[in-house]
Amino acid sequence: MKPTDIAAPDYFHKVVDCQWACPAHTPVPEYIRLIAEGRYSDAYMVNWKSNVFPGILGRTCDRPCEPACRRGRVEKDPVAICRLKRVTADYKDDVSGRMPKPMTKNAQNGKRVALVGGGPASLTVARDLAPLGYACTVFDQDPRSGGMMRSQIPKFRLPDAVIDEETGYILDMGIEFIGGKRIDSLKALLAEGYDAVFVGSGAPRGRELDIPGRKEAAKNIHIGIDWLSSVSFGHTTKIGKRVIVLGGGNTAMDCCRSSRRLGGEDVKVVVRSGFEEMKASPWEKEDAMHEDIPILNFLVPKEFTHDNGKLTGVVFEKVKAEYDAKGRRNLVNAGEPDQHIPCDDVLVAVGQENAFPWIERDIGIEFDKWDMPQVDAKTMASTHPGVFFGGDSAFGPKNIIWAVAHGHDAALSIHKLLSGEDITERPLPDVQVSSQKMGIHEWSYDNDISGDKRFRVPMRDKVIALKDIRAEVELGFDPQLAFAEAQRCLNCDVQTVFTSSLCIECDACVDICPMDCITFTANGEETDLRTRLKAPAVNLTQDLYVADGLKTGAVMVKDEDVCLHCGLCAERCPTGAWDMQKYLIDMTHANSSCQQTRSAA
Amino acid sequence: MTYIAKPKFHHPGLPKNELGFTHRDYEGKVSTLCAGCGHDSITGAIIEACFQLSIEPHRVAKISGIGCSSKTPDYFLGNSHGFNTVHGRMPSVLTGANLANRDLIYLGVSGDGDSASIGFGQFAHSIRRGVNMTYIVENNGVYGLTKGQFSATADRGSKSKRGVVNSDSSIDLAAIALQLGASFVARSFSGDKTQLVPLIEAAIRHRGAAFIDVISPCVAFNNHTGSTKSFDYVREHNEAVNRLDVITSRAPIQIEYKPGSVQMVEQHDGTTLALRKLDADYDVHDRLAAQGFLAKHTAKGQVVTGLLYVDPEAEDLHAHLNTVNTPLNSLGTEQLCPGSAALDKINASLR
Repeated sequence: MKPTDIAAPDYFHKVVDCQWACPAHTPVPEYIRLIAEGRYSDAYMVNWKSNVFPGILGRTCDRPCEPACRRGRVEKDPVAICRLKRVTADYKDDVSGRMPKPMTKNAQNGKRVALVGGGPASLTVARDLAPLGYACTVFDQDPRSGGMMRSQIPKFRLPDAVIDEETGYILDMGIEFIGGKRIDSLKALLAEGYDAVFVGSGAPRGRELDIPGRKEAAKNIHIGIDWLSSVSFGHTTKIGKRVIVLGGGNTAMDCCRSSRRLGGEDVKVVVRSGFEEMKASPWEKEDAMHEDIPILNFLVPKEFTHDNGKLTGVVFEKVKAEYDAKGRRNLVNAGEPDQHIPCDDVLVAVGQENAFPWIERDIGIEFDKWDMPQVDAKTMASTHPGVFFGGDSAFGPKNIIWAVAHGHDAALSIHKLLSGEDITERPLPDVQVSSQKMGIHEWSYDNDISGDKRFRVPMRDKVIALKDIRAEVELGFDPQLAFAEAQRCLNCDVQTVFTSSLCIECDACVDICPMDCITFTANGEETDLRTRLKAPAVNLTQDLYVADGLKTGAVMVKDEDVCLHCGLCAERCPTGAWDMQKYLIDMTHANSSCQQTRSAA
Repeated sequence: MTYIAKPKFHHPGLPKNELGFTHRDYEGKVSTLCAGCGHDSITGAIIEACFQLSIEPHRVAKISGIGCSSKTPDYFLGNSHGFNTVHGRMPSVLTGANLANRDLIYLGVSGDGDSASIGFGQFAHSIRRGVNMTYIVENNGVYGLTKGQFSATADRGSKSKRGVVNSDSSIDLAAIALQLGASFVARSFSGDKTQLVPLIEAAIRHRGAAFIDVISPCVAFNNHTGSTKSFDYVREHNEAVNRLDVITSRAPIQIEYKPGSVQMVEQHDGTTLALRKLDADYDVHDRLAAQGFLAKHTAKGQVVTGLLYVDPEAEDLHAHLNTVNTPLNSLGTEQLCPGSAALDKINASLR
């Protein structure tokens, strides 16, 4: 194998599995260390810079970081990264003084940006652009900002106060928020002379379930996201005793749990697929089942039964999964009689769709065959030079953290566009690598690996929680639990850096490594090398770190897969050939320093 | 030294031996020796050898004297028996233990100070008597604990870290062991585990006095230019006579050898030593030739490594003394003290 180029920004970035997996590339180990130090405000600001909504995401994120977490490969469960993020929001001091200040009209650059939709994508764009002098105007159909974070996520998971605070930090930067105004024509908006328009209008339409009885029993059949939003705004306050929720995604989980709080006593979730294949996150399924909501699987709804315009139940066909030669799953009749499940109300949560009736098709925005706008995944630009997309409206329903990532990219594009630069040219991220050595066996991070298992987040008593739809169920880690959980983090951003010229090949690192990551051997092709290491390197998604230039002609090969970053290799190295160096990557945002200098010059 | 304990986590794909142990189960405490010490590599090699042989840790007694080397039994086989003796007295304690319980595997760990200076006589007699043991000397040529004076194995003419030239003749422990009748003699290098691990395995399986001299660079005091026990010097002057694979009866032969290149040596317990010859004329069964070979190459400044001599038919101290097969410590009072009638009979036979 060729020696590894550790100067390439991506190499060490990939080693920080959580950060690599996060769409916004939040420096997770960095803020977890700050939590352990009790520096909650600093930890919050590290998050805020990357993901804009630490308090909101700390309660609701889909957490792509956690399945990626190295701890999950070393023992059973990953670090509770998401709930530690919430800790930063819960225990921080007043951080309003650390937020960018609104600019006076004179200090602004005179450019105007319109943002359609007041959700996470638009707010991220506004947050990135306002401090650079752009006059941002956010439009939303709802009176208050937050978009789906406010309308669709139940209050028992995400209290309004948290949304108010975090959207407030952004709007307080001098951003104009026009609530209760729905944009009905993009053409008209463009005609108002904005320098750029960002579309972050979400995926606002719940998918229909068109089966017999739908029209007749319409009074008791509700579209999940519309119903949730109606609950959020207090228009809906009760539901029947027996409720069936159709669908297996996170929206379905929110629907069933909300029903339990609005009078639903016998609430069931019914899904077409198997339980394991459901789209909902495992922890959301767990939370629903904890509230005595059974999840019935392999049942396809066939018909709504009704009596005199009143819903009486749903008929389901029992199916089973069969896989064809290509491994594709088909649901086929299981050969069992249909089931009728009686109920008073049905919530349909079988998916969301985008809808752009307000975008005229003759203004230069191309749509694809699925009637989705053509959006560049890197720049978030549409085919109209001044119009950008992000969040669910760009590529269909995803989640908040993706919306944030899109927002950062779109803001950078808008800034470059309005600075007269090529938006396809993306500046490289800023990377810092620095030794953590403090003394002979002293490091500036805590390298003593905790053996603790993942801690559970304390919850409100179920009886009390189910009585009040606005009572937050999760209470969050207390500082002691947060510290203990933070100590489970393996500090994957503190990298093992090897310098061949210093190595005397004494094997000390090989002998001490608790995970048998390091091998000195003759070089070979990667597939061959992977079989010749001290412990087999079977995880092909994880790189081998190869260094040559050793006196005996051997190469040093380190399998990054399960390295604990305990630094024992560096502690036992007599010559300092191994060093533990902290890798910090600053993703390029619109306000990145290099950009500022360039636009100033 | 490292202050934190080595994390308990281990690689999920670690191989297990016949007992279901990983090599991590053969570890001891974290080493307190200097970072990079050759002795730690020997520790690693002992761990690997015991793992490979699927030895039950409680069947091993590790006995050592005083010195950096003699601290190492604390760093391997944390679940074995151990005895840290007075300086240089490891061989006699080991001999006594072996006489009392012949069923354990005896691992004597010593250094050049412990065995070539204060315990030189003890070393000689345990070898001479053919105690069934594996006697490992971790040989770095300096007194590391007292900051780097020449030891008795330092070569004449080699330089100390401060530039002083050694004027005394050196003791070659492997040569002496050959002369004293050791039935298994090897030399290796801490920086070459592929050579060292099989040698330790073979020594453990050998019945009789098995001696291994392991050159183990002292990174603090003897790893400089002018030293003949440094990583660089040993690598440059290493004259390996053979490479060894240990084939236990349970593990069938996996490796294919070219005919004529390999000498198979059957041991008492059914183990086969497959010796890949690197020096075509070297005969591991010829004690006299081995002595000559050693002397000739040592004079040229070369470090001869590999299995230097083995007598597969060797007998040990228990055979010489004709002791019973049952370990003495398991015999009851009746057998050990058969009464005055038996004593009278013995006395009568001597009159």
